[in-house]
Amino acid sequence: MNKHRTQNLSKLALALALALEGRGLGNVAPSTVSFFLANKEGSKVNAKFELKPPPYSLNALEPIMSQRTLEYHWGKHHRSYVDNLKKQVVGTELDGKSLEDIIITSFNKGDILPAFNNAAQVWNHDFFWECMKPGGGGKPSGDLLALIERDFGSFEKFSDEFKAAAATQFGSGWAWLAYKSSKLGVGNAVDPIPLEEDNKLVVLKSPNAVNPLVWGAFYPLLTIDVWEHAYYLDFQNRRPDYISVFMDKLVSWDAASSRLEQVKALIA
Amino acid sequence: MAAARALFTRKTLPSSSSMLRNPKPFMATALTSASTTTTHTRGLQTFTLPDLAYDYGALEPAISGEIMQLHHQKHHQTYVTNYNKAIEQLHNALAKGDASTAVKLQSAIKFNGGGHVNHSIFWKNLTPTREGGGEPPHGSLGWAIDTHFGSLEALIQKVNAEGAALHGSGWVWLGLDKELKRLVVETTANQDPLVTKGASLVPLLGIDVWEHAYYLQYKNVRPDYLKNIWKVINWKYASEVYEAESSESTA
Ligand SMILES: [Fe+2]
Ligand SMILES: [Fe+2]
Repeated sequence: MNKHRTQNLSKLALALALALEGRGLGNVAPSTVSFFLANKEGSKVNAKFELKPPPYSLNALEPIMSQRTLEYHWGKHHRSYVDNLKKQVVGTELDGKSLEDIIITSFNKGDILPAFNNAAQVWNHDFFWECMKPGGGGKPSGDLLALIERDFGSFEKFSDEFKAAAATQFGSGWAWLAYKSSKLGVGNAVDPIPLEEDNKLVVLKSPNAVNPLVWGAFYPLLTIDVWEHAYYLDFQNRRPDYISVFMDKLVSWDAASSRLEQVKALIA
Repeated sequence: MAAARALFTRKTLPSSSSMLRNPKPFMATALTSASTTTTHTRGLQTFTLPDLAYDYGALEPAISGEIMQLHHQKHHQTYVTNYNKAIEQLHNALAKGDASTAVKLQSAIKFNGGGHVNHSIFWKNLTPTREGGGEPPHGSLGWAIDTHFGSLEALIQKVNAEGAALHGSGWVWLGLDKELKRLVVETTANQDPLVTKGASLVPLLGIDVWEHAYYLQYKNVRPDYLKNIWKVINWKYASEVYEAESSESTA
């Protein structure tokens, strides 16, 4: 059973890695896909987690997100998630697994194991940095905009729903725009009980380190970190202001669109 | 009084330096307990922000005046405001016999009501060093701590370790289990009050480990905040609660 499960997981990882390496998707920045990279070909390689820098300099999001915030958020918080994960994984059965495998294994169906928080927070922060860019914000275009309009009614309705999810996440956590698929991403497996709301964009929120990977069949396109450390130095208690300005001035819709293309290729 | 406070909270937050030169006279009033700090609007009880018994800057250098002001005037006020809103919505839903809305409101009531209850305790758990903050507990609480944890130092280590290990936002507590008649250290997530960990638990001391409680001063280093907060802990208050609750449980 264990062997079977491991095979499925590595198949999933392989499928993700291949799809996200973007066969034919020339416009995908390598940094966008690298955090999906798994132990390709199923080979056991020692997991080498490293603190990946944001794809812009630490002062590039000024004055909205200050250099000081990024120095702490990336340089201290993200770094300690990476350092602590390395310590937790070395010499255990998690050693050699991909970050995604560790997240799913250590989530342990909700009864979380010690490595989960650090592993998921490493993934979440890698993902979050790439959700922003200098001069970001505005509206998406192309397929992503079309899907948003189809599934939320309008971009404004989506935006309101996303902001509300981020504002009402009690305590620390994340809000997400994700693609919910009825396919499981394992070979040609199809969800045996596909729901009506499958194959569409959804807004989600998650507490603490949890991310949509653990729920299966969700492919994150965009996230916002609503831990207080993400905005306290710049906005103090004003989380709603942080969320608004994130949407208006920071979101990288290019990154979200590339991810949508990757997901479409993956589940096609 | 309420109007004056509303005006005050709307004021722009002064910089910490100007604030420290002119500390606001936030003194204790006749209103002693958060649960009694209520006013009536259209027959519905609402809650108001309790005043602090000390100035915002009075806990320095353990906790900065800027943190205290934001924490009290903004964070705690928001819990109070949203708690009142949720209670009013609940009141309206119940009046209409709308059970599903009433159920839906429970999470906001628990979160914001918990935020109000927890912060009301937290302010009383703190006191300036020159007014006895950090002075170890005497009497029966001191004995009980030695009995259950070995020493006050050992208790502090345990609280600091559990508070530092809490992932995300929450609280670390020293509580009295009235049934088992023993002291316990517990953590709760988000704004869950201690009683969510057991109906017989009474909080003696709660330490807020949300990032907003320390970030402007301690940034990512929560253990330093925990180390320093003991210099302004009001053990006298914890002892009073302990004595009242233990005599009640043996009565
Ligand atoms: Fe973060
Ligand atoms: Fe707080």
